[in-house]
Amino acid sequence: MVTEENGGGHGNHRPPSGFIRKYVFSTDHKVIGIQYLSLALFSVFLGMGLSFLMRLHLAWPAAKWPFFRGGLMTPEQYLALMTMHGTIMVFMVLTTAPQSGFGNYFLPIQIGASDMAFPVLNMLSFWTTMVSLLVMLAAFFVPGGAPISGWTAYPPLSALGEISGPGQGTGQTLWIIGLAIFSVASLMGALNFITTLIDLRTKGMTLGHLPMTCWTWFVTAILGLLAFGVLLAACILLLLDRVAGTSFFIPGGIVISGQVIAWHKGGSPLLWQHLFWFFGHPEVYIAILPGMGMVSHLLSTFSRKPVFGYRAMVGATCAIGFLGFCVWGHHMFVSGMSPYSAFAFSMLTMTIGVPSAVKTFNWLGTIWGGKITFNCSMLFALGFVSLFVSGGLSGLFLAQPSLDLYLHDGYFVVAHFHIIMGVAAIFAVFAGLYFWFPKMFGRFLHEGVGKVHFWITFVGVYATFMPMHFLGLAGNPRRYSQMTAGPFLRALQPLHVFITIAAFITIAAQFIFLFNVFWSLFRGKEAKEMNPWHATTLEWTIPSPPPFDNFGGVAPVIYRGPYEFSVPGVADDYILQTLAPDLVRKA
Amino acid sequence: MLSRPAESGSTSTALALSVFLVLMTAVTVYILMAKIWWFPPAITAVGHEIDGQFALTFLITGVIFVLAQIALAYTLFRFRDRGQKVTYFEGNNTMEVVWTLVTLVLFVGLGLYAQNAWAQVHFMGAAPGALPIEVTAEQFAWNFRYAGPDGKFGRESSDLVSASTGNPVGLDPNDPASKDDVVVPVMAVPVNRQVELIIRSEDVTHSFFVRELRLKQDAVPGMDIHMHFTATVPGVYEIACAELCGLGHYRMHSTLTVMSQADFNEWMKQQEAANQ
Amino acid sequence: MAGSITEAVEIIDAGRGGGTGTPAGGGDDGGSSSPLPPIPRRAYFTALQLGLAAIVMFFMALASSYIVRKGLGNDWQHTPMPAVVWFNTLILLASSGTIILARKKLEDGDREAFRSWWWVTCGLGMLFLAGQIIAWRQLSAAGILLSTNPSSSFFYLLTAAHGAHLAGGIFALFYVLFRPWKRSRISQATAAELASIYWHFMDGLWVFLLVLLTLGR
Repeated sequence: MVTEENGGGHGNHRPPSGFIRKYVFSTDHKVIGIQYLSLALFSVFLGMGLSFLMRLHLAWPAAKWPFFRGGLMTPEQYLALMTMHGTIMVFMVLTTAPQSGFGNYFLPIQIGASDMAFPVLNMLSFWTTMVSLLVMLAAFFVPGGAPISGWTAYPPLSALGEISGPGQGTGQTLWIIGLAIFSVASLMGALNFITTLIDLRTKGMTLGHLPMTCWTWFVTAILGLLAFGVLLAACILLLLDRVAGTSFFIPGGIVISGQVIAWHKGGSPLLWQHLFWFFGHPEVYIAILPGMGMVSHLLSTFSRKPVFGYRAMVGATCAIGFLGFCVWGHHMFVSGMSPYSAFAFSMLTMTIGVPSAVKTFNWLGTIWGGKITFNCSMLFALGFVSLFVSGGLSGLFLAQPSLDLYLHDGYFVVAHFHIIMGVAAIFAVFAGLYFWFPKMFGRFLHEGVGKVHFWITFVGVYATFMPMHFLGLAGNPRRYSQMTAGPFLRALQPLHVFITIAAFITIAAQFIFLFNVFWSLFRGKEAKEMNPWHATTLEWTIPSPPPFDNFGGVAPVIYRGPYEFSVPGVADDYILQTLAPDLVRKA
Repeated sequence: MLSRPAESGSTSTALALSVFLVLMTAVTVYILMAKIWWFPPAITAVGHEIDGQFALTFLITGVIFVLAQIALAYTLFRFRDRGQKVTYFEGNNTMEVVWTLVTLVLFVGLGLYAQNAWAQVHFMGAAPGALPIEVTAEQFAWNFRYAGPDGKFGRESSDLVSASTGNPVGLDPNDPASKDDVVVPVMAVPVNRQVELIIRSEDVTHSFFVRELRLKQDAVPGMDIHMHFTATVPGVYEIACAELCGLGHYRMHSTLTVMSQADFNEWMKQQEAANQ
Repeated sequence: MAGSITEAVEIIDAGRGGGTGTPAGGGDDGGSSSPLPPIPRRAYFTALQLGLAAIVMFFMALASSYIVRKGLGNDWQHTPMPAVVWFNTLILLASSGTIILARKKLEDGDREAFRSWWWVTCGLGMLFLAGQIIAWRQLSAAGILLSTNPSSSFFYLLTAAHGAHLAGGIFALFYVLFRPWKRSRISQATAAELASIYWHFMDGLWVFLLVLLTLGR
């Protein structure tokens, strides 16, 4: 009997009536997952729009555009776009969509739970994230505009206030507050994810039976739990430096805009960098790990083969998570940090390449000998593997401090993190969306339109980001609003024009995707089968879309691992995790 | 249950994806090998060593890049759905151990090998007799201070900083050692002589970057960071700011002129004369 | 706590409820039919431990900033510890004792005594916070403000951060007292245990911060 006392996440099997409780302040993990995905969808188009304006300015700095007063973009407007592009993409898209979005929707279902452990906390963490987005966006509308110090907000530029540049007044303060709120939201989310995975798994769902997706959501949540508290502390210190006159990060003797800053002394700008990157490096794994899990899952499903080396994959995931906390100093090789610690950070960073390489080998091993279906989901998953290789290898350059002396803060770095952290993670999200859309909404995304979207995007991202390596090799520093200062920069202008054109085409293709989503929501082919992909995990044992309490108050029982595809001697080429041994049909 | 029919168009999609991967790999490798957009020549011994390390890293990552992309292209084409039977296997522990160890040795070895150049730049201080130049960054300009004939830098104070009165670094006129100090907005150094830089900032964090020196160092307020180099090729080189420092970041640049010792002495004399 | 962690790992590995063994009742009608079990009581303990881990990371970030900032700057000046802080510490340590007593009474079924001791704990907690505010007032009366010196900045910041977390603890104590537990997923005894773990942790955290502020000044 299921009463309110023991009804799992929900008090009962019926969803609350009323629009507000059902769709706005909902405690249903599925609704919250869709809310997170919607927030990410809004944010990704916003962030992309900002990057488009940046690219226009980089290609044709003297051209006049209708969006700006006087037609010309000012350097501070460019830097404000850059700061907000980075912040929105990293926090509101890459942290939100793969983890909070898909994780919220599918983690409870894949482990056989009716909801997250703490549904109200789950709702709170979404709405707190929403508040942080609104606070950050408010920076655009205050006098001085959005901050210009980049998503890393290095002090003293970010700590001195308006005197250090437009946007560094109220705009920067709002940015810091927004980030602090986001940290709190992420902590609540991480706590909920971990508790759910540890204590709410259904019967038989041992660690060895967890899908790779759940493993990566789990490790990502641990990273978030340990990293966001540090970011919160750093934000508080920075805020105090700005508004309360303390000197945590601001050294003495600063003269800026002809004014002597006499009331600050003794602070250390490097202290912020240490705190920020102690959070910041795990953060890039927070962005990419869930993508790795989803891709492992999809490669297996659409090759009709088990994940190659499941235990090695789990081990590599944990190793990346652990090492992710030991390598933050590789962001600081030229910062003035001790050159001896640079050596240690460099070696650890080279080591983190090993589990990443193991992952790649295992992905190739997964599709080797399989029977590959080339639907949109699989195409994006394969694209992810290619991008992961391309973006990962450039990391081997940046991990060596002597090479970083040349490449640091240049376009090579921009190319590296856009490919591996930005585009690869987004490809995983696309792959996941094409895969799970029928489960979430009961209709398929359109495959034909999706393939057009895939091809333009895949070719487009390589055309956009590969040339940025070349800019970096030629010594082009990043965060320049135009390449007009030195002769060597002017010589690189044609490449910037090419990148802008490629970016324009790629961005335009995303509207095909947007159209596909909205068209398919209402007109897409109906997913009549529960399990249209013939997949094995728990979400495919329940209707599409799943009922309010997922399993109708009956806990599923797990008999086997998550990737039993094409098992010899079995009639079907897949075995659901819930299929009892005596029900498996022999060939 | 249902046996899934081979997707129509599976072969053409697989072929297209494979061809694209091969093409992308080929174009990337070609552009890198043809050095269409490439480093400017290095002008220091350490720079040449760093270039050697770059070459080694390009070789190793290049081979992995080509092998991995081609392997992906080959695998996805060969194992496209043609209604064939799947070869069932769940993994191979020997292979896992082998590729873990191989990549570990390769990556860590590469990292160890790279430390030599880093040690030359950072673990050793400048030799005695090196020419000291103090580099002071400000929004959005570089100031270079030479010690003058007495070889001593005079006292500075942030209270005295005033760009409008021609004292951008705040020299203290009461200190006799500062009388002959020369502050200029461009940098000149004699060829084949070691130069010691003392890098500092007056306001926010900047970064001193000269491509041909293969050298980059943040200028952090509150810190005096020492670097050294010996330029071996005369010429004029661009100094750029490589750390976001505010709205004028993109135009914060200067030049480094490497000249013969005789030319340098002449240049220095002119600057001292202008300084009086 | 170490014991509970190894225990937790065992539970994690076993899978909830059934572990690897054939689950009872499964397999007769499609292999998936047992009533959905309630949220286990230990989920609340897991969540609490995770929350404490996050709090530890937050305070470790501040504590390492304290140590780094002290080592780097040459402007560090000793901030005198107001005497009332020592008195506050005794109060907080005493409150850990009273909360143990209260839980013991609850176990014995003496709800009246439980409520009294619980109230005493709340009172001591609020007294501690009041004492901390007095310490701030004494410092500021002596002209030592938040921005006077890095050591005073850290003193105000660390005490405020701890105070905010302790205020959350006091809120939890009142919640345990006043929530209608009949209609909730856990019992009042469990809630009291969770609140007391948090309370002891805040107590220990304060001792750590006090040692940091005293030795590191």
